[in-house]
Amino acid sequence: MSMSKSVNKRVYGGLYLIAAILLVLPWVLPNSFYLDIAVRMAINAVIVLGLNLLVGFAGQISLGHAGFLGIGAYASAALPTHFGWHPLLAMGAGALACGVLAALVARPIFRLKGNYLAMATLGLGIIISIALRNETQWTGGPDGMPVPAMGLFGFELSSDRQWYWVVAALLVVSVWASLNLIDSPFGRALRALHGSEVASQVVGVNVARYKGSIFVMSAAFASIMGSVTAHYVGFVTPNFADFFHSIELVTMVVVGGMASVYGSIIGAVLLTALPQALATFEGWETVIFGAILMACMIFLPKGLVPTLAARWSRKE
Amino acid sequence: MALLQVEKLSIHFGGVKAVQNVSFAIDAGVVYSVIGPNGAGKTTLFNLITGVYQPTAGSIRLDGEAIEGRSPNELAERGVARTFQNLQICMNMSALENVMVGAHLQLDRNPLKAALRWPSLRRRDDALRQEAAQLMNFVGLKDYVEARADSMPYGALKRLEIARALAMKPRLVFLDEPAAGLNPKETLEVDHLVRKMADSGVTVVLVEHDMKMVMNLSDRILVLDYGKKLAEGTGEEIRRNPDVIAAYLGTH
Repeated sequence: MSMSKSVNKRVYGGLYLIAAILLVLPWVLPNSFYLDIAVRMAINAVIVLGLNLLVGFAGQISLGHAGFLGIGAYASAALPTHFGWHPLLAMGAGALACGVLAALVARPIFRLKGNYLAMATLGLGIIISIALRNETQWTGGPDGMPVPAMGLFGFELSSDRQWYWVVAALLVVSVWASLNLIDSPFGRALRALHGSEVASQVVGVNVARYKGSIFVMSAAFASIMGSVTAHYVGFVTPNFADFFHSIELVTMVVVGGMASVYGSIIGAVLLTALPQALATFEGWETVIFGAILMACMIFLPKGLVPTLAARWSRKE
Repeated sequence: MALLQVEKLSIHFGGVKAVQNVSFAIDAGVVYSVIGPNGAGKTTLFNLITGVYQPTAGSIRLDGEAIEGRSPNELAERGVARTFQNLQICMNMSALENVMVGAHLQLDRNPLKAALRWPSLRRRDDALRQEAAQLMNFVGLKDYVEARADSMPYGALKRLEIARALAMKPRLVFLDEPAAGLNPKETLEVDHLVRKMADSGVTVVLVEHDMKMVMNLSDRILVLDYGKKLAEGTGEEIRRNPDVIAAYLGTH
């Protein structure tokens, strides 16, 4: 199997490239504004990676993912503020809460497919967002609330540069883990139930359980990333958990490429950078943003990375 | 005792009685064919036995254990494999991965170990890659070991489904029209393949319209017509049965 080995090498080659870029980046970025954007890109990349495992690889749409991010973010804001919990403990509690919530709703939700599944997850996300907006005594309501600083092993994460290294490490580990996961018995079962549910069933995949477990994992992972974002930004508002944020994340998955690890990163990087780059077109930025997305969907329906990869391998 | 014992099996879809009161038994190690005109209920019978449909009435026993109403993944655990008349290939995966997914139940499916690239898990996966390539070789798909599933021709995909079923190391394999849509040369290859499978000790249940192939391969044949059992016996008995001749050729 010399060929499949070399394919593997090429797949993991991207990981080294990302690590190399991340190592060099802080030294070439002109100022802290760019560093801040780099951190946001990396955070979004990790979030989108987790979402792509659910949407792209397992084929289960979620339009409520920002709800899980919101639970994590507010756990990190509210639990240390109101009860004096350690931020790491609060982060764990948020992830646990998301995992339990996802497990509870997974059974009824995953009987649905396609548009109906999209509607159900959309509803779930909206409920979470409304709850966060209305529980004013705990969450600060529509104004949001400040998030205490994250302390790790006695020293406090404060500067953008420290955050950069933490988030960069998270991204590299997430890419590595995702690549491993999709090329494993668990990952193949997920992709198989996407490809043909009945075929995966007859080879012994418990479809309901697999859909449930990837949903739970994806939700808990989103919650952790919500916590990370909250600590980095230092402030949370209900907008972080709302429908538009969910749509933005799904758009990153689709533009970058469904079922593509590197597509997730490209999608997150581009769609995080685009609004910044378009800021010069005062008032027109959302129009141009929309036009670019439409062009992407028309000319690259499978997403940037898979389309370009297919074109590249054809040339070879 | 028979490996598979079906008693008075029925399923109704609204007013349509797709399978009615069908009983038969399949001994281990045989090639057993189910034939009948289009719409006779052959595929429905397969779907009932492999857990895709729930029967309205009747019992199915595998090695003495009642299995009616069990889900397909529970039947997979008991060594029942199948292929589909209308292809069910995972086009989002490579050909080799489609075969590898057949070994699902023999593998360590822990996601945490998978994410951490656990050494024992990697080693098993590397070995499985070789086994899957050997299986593709066995079904005559040597040239497609490196292929993506969505770039393969129809005839090859039919055999890819058989390779996936064999990766389950099944006791009992249901093949739903493995030669449908194939040219005569490919049909002959599938014919040889089914023979090889039977020789390796797998019990094969076959739905097929190619009568030459059915007569050539089958130890016993079940004939269905309008969801009912019309006849059952050896190839020679079926060939001479007047009811079967009437159902296929009509009477005047």
